[in-house]
Amino acid sequence: MKKVLMGNFAASHGVRLSRAQVISAYPITPQTHVVEELSAMVARGDLNAKFIKVESEHSALACCIAASVMGARAFTATSSHGLLLMHELLHWAAGGRLPIVMVAVNRAIAPGWNIWNEQTDTLSQRDTGWIQLYCASNQEILDTVIQAFKLAESVKIPVMVIYDAFILSHTYEPVDIPDQKVVDGFLPPINNPEALKVGEARAFGSVTNPDFHMEFRLKLHDTYERAMETFREIDAEYADLTGRSYGIVEPYRCDDAELIMVTAGSLAGPTRMVVDGLRAKGIEAGRVKLKMFRPFPVEALKEALKPAKKILVLDRNLSPGTGGIFAQELRVALKEDKRPVWGFVAGLGGRDITPELIESMFFDALGAETPVSNTIFKGVRL
Amino acid sequence: MIEPTFKMEASEELVHPGHLACQGCGATIAMRYVLKALGKKTVVVIPACCWSIIVGLFPSSCLDVPLIHTAFETAAAAATGVRAALDVQGQEDVNVLAWAGDGGTFDIGFQALSGAAERNENIIYCCYDNEAYMNTGIQRSSATPVGAWTTTTPQGGLEDRPKKDIVRIMAAHSIPYTATANVAFPDDLYQKIKKASSYKGMKFIHILSPCPTGWRIPSSESIEVARLATLSNVFPLYEVENGSKWRVTYVPPKKVPVEKYLESQARFRLMSEEEKRRIQKSVDRYWKELLGRAEGGSKK
Repeated sequence: MKKVLMGNFAASHGVRLSRAQVISAYPITPQTHVVEELSAMVARGDLNAKFIKVESEHSALACCIAASVMGARAFTATSSHGLLLMHELLHWAAGGRLPIVMVAVNRAIAPGWNIWNEQTDTLSQRDTGWIQLYCASNQEILDTVIQAFKLAESVKIPVMVIYDAFILSHTYEPVDIPDQKVVDGFLPPINNPEALKVGEARAFGSVTNPDFHMEFRLKLHDTYERAMETFREIDAEYADLTGRSYGIVEPYRCDDAELIMVTAGSLAGPTRMVVDGLRAKGIEAGRVKLKMFRPFPVEALKEALKPAKKILVLDRNLSPGTGGIFAQELRVALKEDKRPVWGFVAGLGGRDITPELIESMFFDALGAETPVSNTIFKGVRL
Repeated sequence: MIEPTFKMEASEELVHPGHLACQGCGATIAMRYVLKALGKKTVVVIPACCWSIIVGLFPSSCLDVPLIHTAFETAAAAATGVRAALDVQGQEDVNVLAWAGDGGTFDIGFQALSGAAERNENIIYCCYDNEAYMNTGIQRSSATPVGAWTTTTPQGGLEDRPKKDIVRIMAAHSIPYTATANVAFPDDLYQKIKKASSYKGMKFIHILSPCPTGWRIPSSESIEVARLATLSNVFPLYEVENGSKWRVTYVPPKKVPVEKYLESQARFRLMSEEEKRRIQKSVDRYWKELLGRAEGGSKK
């Protein structure tokens, strides 16, 4: 069934179709609609879940963690400061190998207060052990939430489904809502044999001394590597059922591209448009949309970037003093590579990234052999 | 007086030997009694506290029930999550016990605790109070009494700041059941836990749990010192139903001077006579107020 939905409602429908059992959340703009709609779904009886209105994001995730330890399918949603408040528990969830799914709507971080789009919030959580999937449309949000539960429960690693504030969260697009039967066939009820059971004397999270701690982390690391392949399989199975798949990276007109721009999230749209415009002018441009950021798909990126002579990265985030985080990660992945990488930072705190601005990045790279500096701020008053 | 209601040997033993507590640890005795009252159909949540260690290192546990370790400030939120999971799984009859120290309750976990109380989560929250951050080596918490030495109050307690009145704060949330208990009064403790488990909604039990290491007492005197706390009215035993019905559950047969309690512990050695007199006054005042709030029961 097709419906016109804002991105946040698309997320709620994904959670409903996934039959989440415990939802615990705290309001924060621009995520709020996700949990408002879920509250309504629970109240209407469309979703048979416990919805707990906790007093902070920290408690929201603590609650999801405990519910997940007990074997329930748990979900939360947040943004920006809420995500940062969860930081400690993000480590608990991943270290505890708990298949929790979270929606994180990208928003800038204060000071000053800024509710608009920027991806520094989720990217600064990159070392917590959560899988990160970035979405570029409302349809992709709904589909990715459903895929995320299956992925999380397959590899026992929590998954963050991520999309941009307002550009997607508050924007209406037509979205195909799969039938419950189709989703039920794809995502069976949760069955975690490691869950604690009443009557059994087992413990979660006991003190691990130096004799054990490292092996637990090694196991997480190794599984993480496998998660990429598992996601490919899940994505393919989902395509068989719905006709839609997204891949780990999505190359666009890259086959013969001399300049390829790498970006993530809703920037996939305008960058594609700019590539088409440049192609019409005879410039061999391409674009790679990064869907999976954790684990970082090094091989898939290398493959997609093969034809490029010059590589551009468009980051809507900043690691102060280092530059864009996607650029930083890509440079490490391509460390053996001699090709120049232009790292552009734009759109912080919700500033518009216009097609003209994106085009100017391609022209910067066209007109020089190497970038003028490691990080180039675009659309900024100097 | 309190009638004995349970036989220690006959009741189910869910805390097993091999735990890692110090000798004379009140918190360990407290858990033993509480689990005897709750039984095997219980899930325990423990935030960072002495009990994170006492229960045993991976892969051991001295508890015969499922246990979730959780972050320091999250006992009440995690217990909420356990409750939610059990309820969606149709296991409404299982007790959820949040088991936290005074630091995790009075201080860092207070926000989550207040949130769970306000939502009236169907859990039993026990604070075993040893009156400082004992697990990290005796640092002051907001449960540390006036005048007590700790490693962060080397000159004795902060000037004339009373211990946070956690029970009144919790009772002010109008939850079904709030009570104090003391490991030196096992029958009173046992009855209160039984009562708590019979109510639906949030239950908060504040259990005085002596720490020989931090209180600077011989481990063999743990129970004796804890008993003095109640006999001197420093730690009265009472319960509050629905935030309004107060009842004193034990009235000491004859008044023991506070000084006797204070002098039983080297942590109060730095206190002046003047300070001791001041504490006696405030204990007397609090007891009078408590009797005023209580109705019926065994009050005098």
